[in-house]
Amino acid sequence: MSANKEPEKTKARPSLAKMLGGSAFQSLLVPILAVFTGLVIGGIVIAVTDKGVAAAFGNFSADPGGVFKAAWSAVATAYGALFYGSLGSPREIIEGIRIYQSTGDNAAFLKAIYPFTESLVTATPYIFAGLAVAIGFRCGLFNIGAEGQFFIGALGAAYVGYSIEGLPWFIHLPLAILGGGVAGAIWGAIPGYLKAKFGAHEVVNTIMMNWIAFRLSDWLLTGPMMSSGFRPVTPNIQKAAELPRFFSEPLRFNWGFVLALVMAYLVYWFLFKTTLGFEIRSVGANPDGSKYAGMSVVRNFVLVMVLSGGLAGLAGAAQVLGVDHWVGQGFSAGYGFDAIALALLGKSHPLGVVLAAIVFGILRSGATRMQSMAGIPIDIISIIQGLVVIFVAAPIIIRWLFRIPGETSDQTVLTRGWGK
Amino acid sequence: MPPVLELREISKAFPGVLANDHVNVDLQEGEIHCLLGENGAGKTTLMNILYGLYKPDSGEIIVRGEKADIHGPNDAIARGIGMVHQHFMLVPVMTVTENVMLGVEEKRNGVFLDRAKVAKRIREISQLYGLEVDPDAYIKDLPVGTQQRVEIIKVLYRQADILILDEPTAVLTPQEVEGLFKVLRSLVEKGKSLIFITHKLKEVMNLADRITVLRNGRTVGTVIPGDVNPEKLASMMVGRDVNLVVQKKVAKPTDTALEVKELFVEDERNQMAVNGVSFEVKIGEVLGIAGVQGNGQTELVYALTGLLPVTQGKISILGEPLKRTTPRHILERGVAHIPEDRQRHGLILSFPIHDNLVLCTYYKPPFARGINLQQKKIISNAETLIDQFDVRTPSIYIPVSSLSGGNQQKVIVAREFSRPIKLLIASQPTRGLDVGSIEYIHSRIIEKRDEGTAVLLVSSELDEILALSDRIAVMYRGQIIDIVPAAQASKEYIGLLMAGIHPDEAAKAAPVSSGEEVERVF
Repeated sequence: MSANKEPEKTKARPSLAKMLGGSAFQSLLVPILAVFTGLVIGGIVIAVTDKGVAAAFGNFSADPGGVFKAAWSAVATAYGALFYGSLGSPREIIEGIRIYQSTGDNAAFLKAIYPFTESLVTATPYIFAGLAVAIGFRCGLFNIGAEGQFFIGALGAAYVGYSIEGLPWFIHLPLAILGGGVAGAIWGAIPGYLKAKFGAHEVVNTIMMNWIAFRLSDWLLTGPMMSSGFRPVTPNIQKAAELPRFFSEPLRFNWGFVLALVMAYLVYWFLFKTTLGFEIRSVGANPDGSKYAGMSVVRNFVLVMVLSGGLAGLAGAAQVLGVDHWVGQGFSAGYGFDAIALALLGKSHPLGVVLAAIVFGILRSGATRMQSMAGIPIDIISIIQGLVVIFVAAPIIIRWLFRIPGETSDQTVLTRGWGK
Repeated sequence: MPPVLELREISKAFPGVLANDHVNVDLQEGEIHCLLGENGAGKTTLMNILYGLYKPDSGEIIVRGEKADIHGPNDAIARGIGMVHQHFMLVPVMTVTENVMLGVEEKRNGVFLDRAKVAKRIREISQLYGLEVDPDAYIKDLPVGTQQRVEIIKVLYRQADILILDEPTAVLTPQEVEGLFKVLRSLVEKGKSLIFITHKLKEVMNLADRITVLRNGRTVGTVIPGDVNPEKLASMMVGRDVNLVVQKKVAKPTDTALEVKELFVEDERNQMAVNGVSFEVKIGEVLGIAGVQGNGQTELVYALTGLLPVTQGKISILGEPLKRTTPRHILERGVAHIPEDRQRHGLILSFPIHDNLVLCTYYKPPFARGINLQQKKIISNAETLIDQFDVRTPSIYIPVSSLSGGNQQKVIVAREFSRPIKLLIASQPTRGLDVGSIEYIHSRIIEKRDEGTAVLLVSSELDEILALSDRIAVMYRGQIIDIVPAAQASKEYIGLLMAGIHPDEAAKAAPVSSGEEVERVF
């Protein structure tokens, strides 16, 4: 019933959406506010768990203001470190440019942009994996297997990368990327085929495929694909298979990011400008209607799982070929699972996925800094990410919180049958 | 005498829509008051307010002279207001008694259900109002008409004396409708007061003591049937003159477009739903399939359009037997399908109008070149069709879900009629539509017939079948039990066939031919 009373409340307070206006902005509004709200609540968690705040609270009767001061300083330190660690400091960047212009020495500039480029490095596999999950969502499929497809893709790319020698880079690199994509595509195709042929639910099967991928990789890394030495890792890939970096060490920013952006555009084109994408979106929105229109629902399921797995495989490839150059245990590191969250945050739109991936990249790469500088555990980022997902998945919370009228405030149909 | 129920100056706004704008309705004791209006006229909202599901922005509800605050169905029931929903709220695996007592269980010794006591009360109610029903029967074994009686008994059992009935005749055969009307009349004789919601003008004329017409959320007026005719009521509903008679010339059938031989089809639960059906439809004629809902018509259409597999039998289109029964294979042979469930099959609701208009042709030139969609062609196609088929929309770019039912149906009709077709399969083409849209879609179907298309029309509205068909097939329990020429078919005879009476016996009970041309009046 509260949803019913909601429209009356909105009258009393001017809505934030109305004040800001703009319809293109409207679709971004909920995700942006979701991130913002996630950060605010994350801040509360930081304040509540901070030792300084707890100490000040013990002294509450003597100095009530001290609690808020302590809380503020805890949150400010944490988020300050988070954003310094992920975006860098504008002052240092300007300083770096000045030094470069006057002396030609770019060391200070590179040092200043290092945090931001690291965020983009983290965002790169996120973009690929986010696209993978998003294309699945568009077809009504929930690909939870991006994590496993990522891992298998990384192994495929690594294998092509290290096992072949003597190829020029313009052959070897595309081949290695392809290796990652194909390996991931195969991993995605299996649950896709099972769904099409036997109606087996893709959620269950992609989860299973994750576990198979993890155990398979354990075996590969300690057996057939293990490098000489004692660590369970693959050999380093050939120089010719590496994604070139833009700057010298330690900056790891590489062409993978550009490839990710190109891929996002390709996915956009595929989904919205081609007949195949039309079918995929149609099947996702209404499988019965699509069947009526003569589309093959199961064929689209397989196609999308292949594409989704391929994109997740590319995420793994980009990580190996651009950043690490070898694969070790636990390589997928949650990228595939986070991708589900960021596909939701990006509303399964390629542009949204890119933006969401950058946000996640910033959070994840800044978290390390936050841990070392402010002593805030890295897990706080998981809390924030979790909150963001909840708010995006249940936009009614955000709409209620910020008094945004929207699609969801349509009249709730409580009885059926009274006309339409 | 003061009215037993009064809705005074009710207003309710939803974002962007004024659903009720100072609506006034009053119900006298012992009258049948019909609420008439197109979809979206505000009947839904008004009744939901009365039943406590919405809170009105302004206005008041007065029950027996007392201002009533109704916050939910329980409040409504406590004040003697009961609702009979269009979609029955019954538990099929329970008996009539158990369904009636559900929520207000009678108990013996505080623990055990006292079925006998409730059954006795049901028998009393049955007798009093002529609502024959066996309290011990299971709902799933009862015909639809009897299930509806159970719904009414449920309301009476809760001692309602103001009954709201929502489109109660939609699921009934003509004979069952007569039975229902008899019951309703006996209810008002015994002092009950009824609000009856319908879009069928004939029923209103037949049944109502007074009629209130709603349009665009406003009361157009309250009239008594003696003062108006169906044409007048229709124009009150729509706001303009409406032609209630379908104008059509005598059919000139030529070649056979569709031939069905001994067709068997299983439904989604693997029950045999179509049991050896044979018929043919010729170019230039309309074959209407009459029948109460759920007698295999749906599955027949699904099989013909590839949505359900054929278990056994033969389908030929334009003399060629169908080899593969996939929807695309069939529609590429020149078959158009207006599906029964337009939101499930006919449209991708979240897609914009322009994409829905190419849903069956998006992969072919001019809408695609290779795999590239030709956006400009799709847009110009939409602009032409919107114009040509009079789809009322502010833009072709908005999701088709935001259109009214009538306009959604026009989008489907526009799409199906805009490609070259030889056979049109139209299933419940006007279900839930307002008079204006019905008039429009009927005239388009006849136009298509005259252009040289074979039309297979499936409808549970007998009036619609009679108005459009050249021949009528009656379907009962998965079989076609008779096919008669439509021009002079009598409604009584077809009604009996729909109820499963054998043609020979039906012919004894009612004349096969009415001896006159049938005119369509809603």
